[in-house]
Amino acid sequence: MKHRYLPMTETDKQEMLETIGVNSIDELFSDIPERVRFKGEYNIKPKKTETALMKELTQMAQKNADLRSHTSFLGAGVYDHYMPVIVDHVLSRSEFYTAYTPYQPEISQGELQAIFEFQSMICELTGMDVANSSMYDGGTALAEAAMLSAGQTRRKKVLISSAVHPEAKEVVKTYAKGQYIEVIEIPHKDGITDVAALKDMINDEIASVIVQYPNFFGRIEPLKELEEIIHAQKSLFVVSSNPLSLGALTPPGKLGADIVAGDAQPFGIPTAFGGPHCGYFAVTNKLMRKVPGRLVGQTVDEEGRRGFVLTLQAREQHIRRDKATSNICSNQALNALAASVAMTALGKNGVKEMAISNIQKAHYAKEAFKTKGFEIAFEGPSFNEFVVKLNASVKDVNKKLLEKGMIGGYDLGRDYSDLKNHMLVAVTELRTKEEIDTFVNEMGDYHA
Amino acid sequence: MHKDDQALIFEISKPGRIGYSLPEMDVPEIDINELIPAGYLREEEPELPEVSELDIMRHYTALSNRNHGVDSGFYPLGSCTMKYNPKINENVARYPGFAHLHPLQDESSVQGALELMYDLQEHLIEITGMDQVTLQPAAGAHGEWTALMMVRAFHEANGDHKRTKVLIPDSAHGTNPASATVAGFETITVKSGENGLVDLDDLRRVVGEDTAALMLTNPNTLGLFEEDILEMAEIVHAAGGKLYYDGANLNAVMSKARPGDMGFDLVHLNLHKTFTGPHGGGGPGSGPVGVKADLIPFLPKPVLVKQGDQFVLDYDRPQSIGRVKPYYGNFGINVRAYTYIRTMGPDGLKAVTEYAVLNANYMMRRLQESYDLPFDRHCKHEFVLSGKRQKKLGVRTLDIAKRLLDFGYHPPTIYFPLNVEECIMIEPTETESKETLDAFCDAMIQIAKEAEVNPEIVQEAPHNTVIGRLDETLAARKPVLRYQKQ
Ligand SMILES: Cc1ncc(COP(=O)(O)O)c(C=O)c1O
Repeated sequence: MKHRYLPMTETDKQEMLETIGVNSIDELFSDIPERVRFKGEYNIKPKKTETALMKELTQMAQKNADLRSHTSFLGAGVYDHYMPVIVDHVLSRSEFYTAYTPYQPEISQGELQAIFEFQSMICELTGMDVANSSMYDGGTALAEAAMLSAGQTRRKKVLISSAVHPEAKEVVKTYAKGQYIEVIEIPHKDGITDVAALKDMINDEIASVIVQYPNFFGRIEPLKELEEIIHAQKSLFVVSSNPLSLGALTPPGKLGADIVAGDAQPFGIPTAFGGPHCGYFAVTNKLMRKVPGRLVGQTVDEEGRRGFVLTLQAREQHIRRDKATSNICSNQALNALAASVAMTALGKNGVKEMAISNIQKAHYAKEAFKTKGFEIAFEGPSFNEFVVKLNASVKDVNKKLLEKGMIGGYDLGRDYSDLKNHMLVAVTELRTKEEIDTFVNEMGDYHA
Repeated sequence: MHKDDQALIFEISKPGRIGYSLPEMDVPEIDINELIPAGYLREEEPELPEVSELDIMRHYTALSNRNHGVDSGFYPLGSCTMKYNPKINENVARYPGFAHLHPLQDESSVQGALELMYDLQEHLIEITGMDQVTLQPAAGAHGEWTALMMVRAFHEANGDHKRTKVLIPDSAHGTNPASATVAGFETITVKSGENGLVDLDDLRRVVGEDTAALMLTNPNTLGLFEEDILEMAEIVHAAGGKLYYDGANLNAVMSKARPGDMGFDLVHLNLHKTFTGPHGGGGPGSGPVGVKADLIPFLPKPVLVKQGDQFVLDYDRPQSIGRVKPYYGNFGINVRAYTYIRTMGPDGLKAVTEYAVLNANYMMRRLQESYDLPFDRHCKHEFVLSGKRQKKLGVRTLDIAKRLLDFGYHPPTIYFPLNVEECIMIEPTETESKETLDAFCDAMIQIAKEAEVNPEIVQEAPHNTVIGRLDETLAARKPVLRYQKQ
């Protein structure tokens, strides 16, 4: 058959078979036992031409209500943000996206340096000493943090705030099961980790305490207060953080965090129906050699030229096998590059301006809801999300909004039985005053 | 700084420049100190670069010029399946209806995305011969661990708590034992025999009542098909264990043998290998897991099902191992893989494997005089050579790899698998032309000659890369893992 991805001609094939010393390609498969040999062809859809396939898939894509044609107030861990156009231009350079892991540094300096810059930027934002080259996503990054803490402290219990992203929490629990680690939830009080409960629950058997900052309800956790309680028991302090918020908020590293993990999706990475995004993982110097995944380090060649290599690899699966700090191999390198380009484009000023814009616009929306007669649950300082109480099911309200071209907020009743009819609303810098006003208006009389 | 050094983005930063265009602040602004509690407003700004848009583009263009991808040239990196990454995939993945969907939107508003995922699952079920597939795992290693967690849940559901061991051949990829550890198992290594295949006697010796599973790559990482696969399956199953297939090497057997028909109970695939998700410089990937019927209850949730003409995410899965990832997997990579499968069709996928195997065998035969060939038999999609003859001349496999850089090639995988001395592992893939394979073989043959007559040229390679061999010891001893402003 002829196919644009398959360059061998019939003549090539004959010459090659001759060199090999066989008469047919089939002979090369003679080592597959007859009993397991698959005969014929797969029963799958026939191939399509380029044009026909693009037409079909365009139609499939158009069945979805996307964030380009709809106005979204949905966040809950994945956000519709300004994506500098330049990000995709850099990402489309195929020297980056068609390369494998930079195992041969002499011809991979571009990727290695880009990742070194990514690590540096994550350190700057989080206030930590060391950041790795990426994890799959925020959820698995948090799970790795829990495992690291158990290994480091030789303790088998982890406390996690109920105000951590519910899906991340579930992922932590799945990993913990694998490692025979017990995960115990700290309740929240008025949308913030319950400090009194934490004081009761913590003891010298707790490997780490995991909180989210800003938390799942958008609230700003009192890290300083938590830190003292946690470190008094020599437990590790793990903070899951939206890195964009750190353009405006005091970085967890300055407030005593031992591990900061999360997802860099807000920086130039499309929502993409939940993935691929880009987990990040940052620690204090003390934990440097316990970090999961790849690390890029600076060094020199024989002539003293600066260069970058994958380093401290004795932590990793290809060297340590069953003793590795993690099983991760492929990570999210290309999305780390996207995040780097976005962080570069925004830069020192833009990250701050964008973070503050989120705070201001979300605040404006919150006040607009209040003016309209809505009650805000868990009132208090927040980043770009807040909780609105409704008198109807969030699902039903969202259906109505969708008809008006809007994607409403997240239904907290899915995860919190006491928060039925509570909508988590996200307002990013992309939302205009007009869109916010329209949204609040369309929410109409659904106030509780 | 050396005069040839490529500046870091931080080093070209200049206060006063910007590279962004944020949306207008069109709501009334409040004093930020009133919105953020005292002590939680950032005082010191992060040291991020201040550069113009052209600065950014020049910087990353310069970096890309210091990077080798499949589009730059031949990339025969064994076990990584560095085939051509089709451009249509990139376009489709960027359709707004795929790229800009929120994972928590109402299901009724994402039916097209769920349809694509469902149809991809159906295709992968047929390709692997399994009964159900989950797209949730983010990469191969993540899929391995997911599958092993399911094995654990399966045995535990049967009240069988003594199965604490996972058997893994010595030629296996490092993620296999690492994933077993993360899933809470102890790993037991199974030896390979002289012929490069799993030693059945050794397997019989280590298998037992405490065996949870055997993890197997077939063809194995030496590129050899495990001919005794049915016997191995029998041995493991008779002992009550499960058989796990590391599908990183599926490119070798598509339309020729399906894991489900070989007796495997679970399989992970690397969609970023066989199914052309680009490697992205190390990721993102996608590592779906396929299982036989008796393991379906343990799949991570949610499970995507079809009810009438609606696609539904089913969360009501009491025996599920739970979530392994937020949302539904690396959807963007799954879109690319789906586009690829639909581009190839059944006859195309069959041809893929046939040419992948033809190419590998051709290269193996062209190189067998110049290098030691540890296993002289038909290979599948890849093969290993040993550089031990060259080592005696003072030229190590690492030197050969570095010398290949001078010819514009990405070197093969080296020093893996661990059971072959001075291993060189070559995987050409089906998308390369005969001219490319010949030119690469010519270079390899020339290097073998150089090792005899002029070893220094190999030992001191590379000679024309942007940078020479780097001091890795220094990097590890005095780690500099970030830029810091002086
Ligand atoms: C045989 C084999 N198994 C597993 C893996 C792990 O896959 P990933 O890097 O996607 O985690 C690889 C990839 O390098 C591999 O070659």
